[in-house]
Amino acid sequence: MTDTLTSPGTTPEPDSSARAGRGVGASTPRPRRLGRTTLLFAGLTTALVVVSLAAAGSGQLAIPFDEVIGSFLHRIGLDIGTMPTHPRGDDTLWSVRFPRVAMAMVVGAALAVAGAVMQGVFGNPLAEPSVVGVSSGAAVAAAISIVFNLSFAGTWSIAVCAFLGGLITTLAVYALSRADGRTEVVTLVLTGIAVNAVAAAGLALLMFIGDTQAREQIVFWQLGSLNGSRWQYVAVVAPLAAVGCVAALACARSLDLLALGERQARHLGVDVERLRIFLIVVVALLTAAAVSFCGIVAFVGLVVPHLVRMITGPGHRVLLPASLLAGALVLVLADLGARTLVAYADLPLGMLTSLVGGPFFFWLLRRTRRSAGGWA
Amino acid sequence: MTTPRPSPPPPLRSPADDPTPGEVALRARGIDVRFGATTVLDDVALDVRRGEVLALVGPNGAGKSTLLSVIAGDVEASAGTVEVLGRPLSDWKLRELARSRAVLTQEHQVAFPFPVEDVVRMGRSPWRGRPEEDADDAIVAEAMSTADVAHLAQRSFGVLSGGEKGRTSFARILAQRTGILMLDEPTAALDIGHQEAVLRRARAEADAGAAVVVVLHDLSLAAAWSDRIVLLCQGRVAGEGPPSQVLTSTLLSDVYRFPIEVLPHPATGDLLVLADRRSAPSHIDRDLTEEAAR
Repeated sequence: MTDTLTSPGTTPEPDSSARAGRGVGASTPRPRRLGRTTLLFAGLTTALVVVSLAAAGSGQLAIPFDEVIGSFLHRIGLDIGTMPTHPRGDDTLWSVRFPRVAMAMVVGAALAVAGAVMQGVFGNPLAEPSVVGVSSGAAVAAAISIVFNLSFAGTWSIAVCAFLGGLITTLAVYALSRADGRTEVVTLVLTGIAVNAVAAAGLALLMFIGDTQAREQIVFWQLGSLNGSRWQYVAVVAPLAAVGCVAALACARSLDLLALGERQARHLGVDVERLRIFLIVVVALLTAAAVSFCGIVAFVGLVVPHLVRMITGPGHRVLLPASLLAGALVLVLADLGARTLVAYADLPLGMLTSLVGGPFFFWLLRRTRRSAGGWA
Repeated sequence: MTTPRPSPPPPLRSPADDPTPGEVALRARGIDVRFGATTVLDDVALDVRRGEVLALVGPNGAGKSTLLSVIAGDVEASAGTVEVLGRPLSDWKLRELARSRAVLTQEHQVAFPFPVEDVVRMGRSPWRGRPEEDADDAIVAEAMSTADVAHLAQRSFGVLSGGEKGRTSFARILAQRTGILMLDEPTAALDIGHQEAVLRRARAEADAGAAVVVVLHDLSLAAAWSDRIVLLCQGRVAGEGPPSQVLTSTLLSDVYRFPIEVLPHPATGDLLVLADRRSAPSHIDRDLTEEAAR
């Protein structure tokens, strides 16, 4: 018996030619794609570092690039480079600019990863926290904690509320929009409209009953802005985002298998229901991290993973970390635009991302409709 | 068996899995499945042994796919037990089960544009972190060439034709290297050459000790490639045994409610199952057809 299993004596006829072609068909493209992936990661990292430093230097008080680097190096204990020449330069960098850039990175990374994970869980390239209303849900809960002055967890109170709101909304969307183990585009988008409508009503009610200060803060949420980012906020958001990203990366292989369908993933040993619930918690965590101090910054989770997928392919082991970097880069750039496009004005960041993301979403929607042969 | 078959490609299964032929790999007893008031399966029993290809046949809606879903663990039976390798299905860990049995479903869709090779490679995922993982590249390449999708390796799954999708999924199942194969209409959307290639490989797996259960619509294919046939009719087993016993004109005409002829091939002796169109001039007129069958 064992003989027949191992002996190569029987030569199958369609096999021999294809077996010779194995080297061409299967192994050669691997290194090429690997090379492209390495290049992408190197490029994204470099771009992120350069853009971040440049962003930290620009603003009403312009600080030259080399002085930003000098200030940064001095602060981490390396006495290299020139310190900012402006008397308030160093202080501006470390109390205003750097926390803001750091916040932009963390929020962008969190939103992009949340989008990529959500698309994987729903098996639908149009799923995104703001489109399906998770961001609004988180914002409502955060607004509740503002209006009613909830401070059960200190500086973390808003984040905890945003997480709970995001979690409830994600679970609701998940329960409402799935049929037969998959989510159709039209159901998903309509569910998003319904959830966003309810969340808008909630926000309106909270604005109505809140005092002037709370009202202002809620308006700020709806617009989305990184204005007023402080290190202590970054210290709340960054751990949340980090935990969420690590958890998402740990599920990358299972997310790939999920693309085969629910049954097929189960047949390959994935506990689909547990994975889905776990990832929904991850999405809520990441969205809450982004929303709790910056409000609703829409479409980052849609545009970024989509563009990355066009370069890296859909495999989540590359898609997730690349989206993380690209998301951080995009939001640092977007925030730089928000600060500098109009002199002496801090444009709402959410408005900018929606301005770009809205038409992109529309284009994606049309393309998906065409390729899926209708609203499927 | 009766006809000499082309020699199979050597399956690369580890010696630890070396099976005892004839041992029951899959056992289902007293399976009832009800969806609301509808009874889909009614007290069905099924054994699939190592070393055999078992064909599940029957008319549309007879419960073939449902039965396959029950033994695959996708659908919970209202009553009855399923044992895989002597252990109740509920005792298995999913990952462990994935190393013991592979399932080819009827639908083949992939949510994102994964290239064919990546899809086939997903079949290796249950073996990750085990010594068998080292052979991944060879196994994936072998599975792709068997299913004749090697030339599509870098093509995105979404742009494939129906048959190519089916073959890619089949390659993924092969790459899983399991001792039990459950195939739900593996020949659907395939041309005649690829139908033969797929079933020849299933046959070869069985000859190497695998237990194979396959849902088929083409009764001549079932006759040619299976050791045993289970004929389902309205959720019950209407016939079970070797092809020559189950595939009889009387039984098939009765179950399919259509006159069916079974003839031996003049040269090879293979069973040919054909619709008897002489006694059923109209496909639409069911009543007439039934009269003719009686």
